[in-house]
Amino acid sequence: MKVRVRFFASIREALGAGEGIDVDAGATVGAVRDALIARGGAHAAVLARGRALRCALDQVLCEETATVADGSELAFFPPVTGG
Amino acid sequence: MAGPRVTVQTADFDLAAEAAALRAGDGGVGAVAAFIGTVRDRNDGHGIDSMELEHYPGMTERAIEAMIDEAQRRFAIRGARVIHRVGLLQRQDQIMMVAVTSAHRGEAFQACEFLMDYLKTQAPFWKKEHTPEGARWVDARSSDDAAIARWGITAGNAPPVVPDP
Repeated sequence: MKVRVRFFASIREALGAGEGIDVDAGATVGAVRDALIARGGAHAAVLARGRALRCALDQVLCEETATVADGSELAFFPPVTGG
Repeated sequence: MAGPRVTVQTADFDLAAEAAALRAGDGGVGAVAAFIGTVRDRNDGHGIDSMELEHYPGMTERAIEAMIDEAQRRFAIRGARVIHRVGLLQRQDQIMMVAVTSAHRGEAFQACEFLMDYLKTQAPFWKKEHTPEGARWVDARSSDDAAIARWGITAGNAPPVVPDP
């Protein structure tokens, strides 16, 4: 199934605004992150485990244990700094 | 107060006009509390020339609407308005405002602070400062996580402080 991955702020600068990717049915947000890390290069660097990263599924903040669905919009971004 | 509760815009805003609109026609309002965030000329020891603000269109509005709903559950407020600017801002520019109306001051003060604490840790905005030494993304502060924790909400926004080995 396909999900739309989006990146913001410093992660967008490194990886671009996002892309559509194929993932296994029942994949978690963490599994998608791992799949992106497995590409190596800039993806491995900015999405690395241990780096502060937040995620949102269909525009709501989520944990990495959340399960994505076909057509989901999944976003990865640094801690927020508005206000 | 039939207007929008949340606006993300590049343009500046006028707090007095927004406060007037928020309480217009509501005779039960006895208090308006407001906060404005502005661009400092220094941050973390760096001089700041200008600042760029990025957001996540759609999620931003949705997240702040949910925060206002939560504020209305917790406090007896009559109305709330949040405006947050994005794009390029200069030193001393206004960044954002929160205004809240209620019958008495206590609820308005509290709800205003609650909304600010919530927004700082949960609304998808990111600041990039332009300094004489170059551009830098602003780091999240653990003090902001502590501020929202006072309201019983765990943010987990700022990265944990790693103790020195």
